[in-house]
Amino acid sequence: MTELGIKRFSSLVELEGMREKLLNSRSASAKSIHVCTGPGCVAKGSFKLYEIFCAAVEGAGSDVQVQAKCVGCHGFCERGPIVVIEPGGIFYQRVEEPDVAEIFRETVLGGRVVERLLYEDPNTGKKVEKANEIPFYKVQERIALSGNGLLDPTEISDYIAEGGYTALAKVLSPMTPEEVISEVELSGLRGRGGGGFPTGRKWRSCRQAEGSPKYVICNGDEGDPGAFMDRCIMEGNPHSVIEGMLIGAYAIGSEHGYIYVRNEYPLSVERLKNAVAQAKELGLVGETILGSSFSFDIRINRGGGAFVCGESTALMASLEGRPGEPRAKYVHTVESGFRGKPTNLNNVETWANIPHIINRGGKWFAGIGTEKSKGTKVFSLVGNVVNTGLVEVPMGITMRRIIDEIGGGIRDGKRFKAVQTGGPSGGCIPAEHLDARVDFEELTKLGSMMGSGGMIVMDEETCMVRVAKYFTDFLQKESCGKCTPCREGLAQMLYILDRITDGEGQVGDIERLEELGGLLEGTALCALGKTAANPVISTIRYFRDEYDAHILDGRCPAKECRGLFRYEIDPEACNGCGICLKNCPADAITGEKKVPHVINQEKCTLCGTCWEKCPFTAVLKV
Amino acid sequence: MSNTVGTEACLDTKALDEILGSIPDVGGDDLVPILQQVQKAYGYLPKPILMTVSERTGIAAARIFGVATFYEQFHLEPHGRHTVRCCRGTACHVRGGPGIIEAIKQALGVEPGETTEDMRFTFETVACLGTCFLAPVIMVNNDYFGNLNARKIKSILERYT
Repeated sequence: MTELGIKRFSSLVELEGMREKLLNSRSASAKSIHVCTGPGCVAKGSFKLYEIFCAAVEGAGSDVQVQAKCVGCHGFCERGPIVVIEPGGIFYQRVEEPDVAEIFRETVLGGRVVERLLYEDPNTGKKVEKANEIPFYKVQERIALSGNGLLDPTEISDYIAEGGYTALAKVLSPMTPEEVISEVELSGLRGRGGGGFPTGRKWRSCRQAEGSPKYVICNGDEGDPGAFMDRCIMEGNPHSVIEGMLIGAYAIGSEHGYIYVRNEYPLSVERLKNAVAQAKELGLVGETILGSSFSFDIRINRGGGAFVCGESTALMASLEGRPGEPRAKYVHTVESGFRGKPTNLNNVETWANIPHIINRGGKWFAGIGTEKSKGTKVFSLVGNVVNTGLVEVPMGITMRRIIDEIGGGIRDGKRFKAVQTGGPSGGCIPAEHLDARVDFEELTKLGSMMGSGGMIVMDEETCMVRVAKYFTDFLQKESCGKCTPCREGLAQMLYILDRITDGEGQVGDIERLEELGGLLEGTALCALGKTAANPVISTIRYFRDEYDAHILDGRCPAKECRGLFRYEIDPEACNGCGICLKNCPADAITGEKKVPHVINQEKCTLCGTCWEKCPFTAVLKV
Repeated sequence: MSNTVGTEACLDTKALDEILGSIPDVGGDDLVPILQQVQKAYGYLPKPILMTVSERTGIAAARIFGVATFYEQFHLEPHGRHTVRCCRGTACHVRGGPGIIEAIKQALGVEPGETTEDMRFTFETVACLGTCFLAPVIMVNNDYFGNLNARKIKSILERYT
């Protein structure tokens, strides 16, 4: 940063001056190559693309004004790696290493578009040049993700140039802590980690709580399977989280902050550490921030790989160097949390919304969404949907629009069966409720919940009893074991579900599951246990016929539970190639060459090898 | 975590000295970061080293073992040269994840949480790798392999010797 001539800011004026200087130094004609380094694109090799682009930039000579930069997740992970060329916003998808030279030659130097790398709209068959013309992006409204795809998350100067830390400056210019809290209350922002508690009210309680020091914590322990929103914010725009925490700390009266990041996210840790170090160097974190009397320091802790640590009291126990076991919340953490002191904990996405609320006003934020759920929500749209990725939508949008318009419908032309929201504590929502609006209360009414934002789409071949078993198995493994209902209740539920999917279900099993579910809800210690039965209860509510088919008929309608369906060879489709016969480990298949083969059901062990190996899809599940 | 260290070397406390020396006013709050650094340095958490941590910091050995055994991340036995991590997230589940776990079990002959006898692989399952768009997905060391089916597993594992 010193090469940019930035040094520690000692006043608001200096920060503003630097922003102007940064903007003026940018030539309007200069080209910029944005290589997505979100987790999806990185897994598909985007760092290597970035390196090749950098080499091309270097080789182009000094008279060409161009820079290559890593940016945060664009969200359209299905189509990664993504490369966007600015100005113009030319959106290239599924870019591979050999494409780099062509993009550089044609688009960067020549100003021409490489048609074959553009996204093709499946509805019109037309190639689309810009991101905002792609159906996946059209319906979205990006606030928390607005910096993603635009900023280099490793450069604080990029964030500052785009208006970063203006909200902090506004708060210190000065607003009183009361005014800041009122603004957040006015916005109607509710916790994005799952609980949906009003953020402003939490801040006020913490401010009013007696005791010092007070702590501010960012929960980055994103453990819900099928969710990666917070990861993309931490890795794509870490400064927005830091700025949010600074504002919260100012409002609450705290000088000490912690960011607790999931152990599985090493890049998040690296980017946050780098961002905090840069902010410290510039006097945006640390003592007497921007020359004011406000001081705030941030430490980053890595989690230990326990799902339960996403629960606030368990997270605090973990920060204290103890096993991450929750405690009963008779006393709220805003009064007695980390080290027994008043502690305000918010989730990554919640913090990332704060700078926008301060800059544009609580009223603006409250203008988006529904009566009780304001603003936008980021979802990770995954599972059997065409366009998997990260999406940010205004609250109140219907599930149908998310799945059909943004998600592009179900993969491989199959039928939709259910969408699972809310992580392991959530539930499955069936087709008849697809027009339900995304809203905290609405989702709860349907037996699911908002949760942190995982949205897993399931098609007709997904067995709902198995889904319920999957979540119960997950939670039983992750249960910390402190309270009996969760530790023993989940084990019993899993035992019953195992029995059902093995074809040994008994009449009365559904009622037993419901009873255990009620017991957990009423008596478990923390939210993990209280909501643990949701996946089971919601699938019983909407897919009771599938449970009945398993228990009463010994049949799995989705044909997923081994033993509850058979394999047969379709004589019309089979041409007698002999591949199944050769691969069958049980010698259960017979047939002459070029004559349709037959499976001997008595010998068949239902291993599925023939079904996997058949090149003509002639092996059927019946 | 492929830098497995033999038993004698574990008793060398030089790395531990550096770790403890780098933390001012070491206390109970620092336990998780200390164990993370010990594991990074030694490849796992050797018991003699944990006892030394207890002696030097005053943190009760019982508490250290409580924490070391509570979190999935820590292991008290040496790991294999390569770590195979199979995602058991929801998106992987609905796209055939359970079949992948089976295929890895068969290929390596070990259960999740175990290490092969030749110390080549440690097999773990994780709650979610956060790369759901690649489902079903595994990681071998730091490499991702996505959109898998059971048939691809063997050739992937063969690349790691």
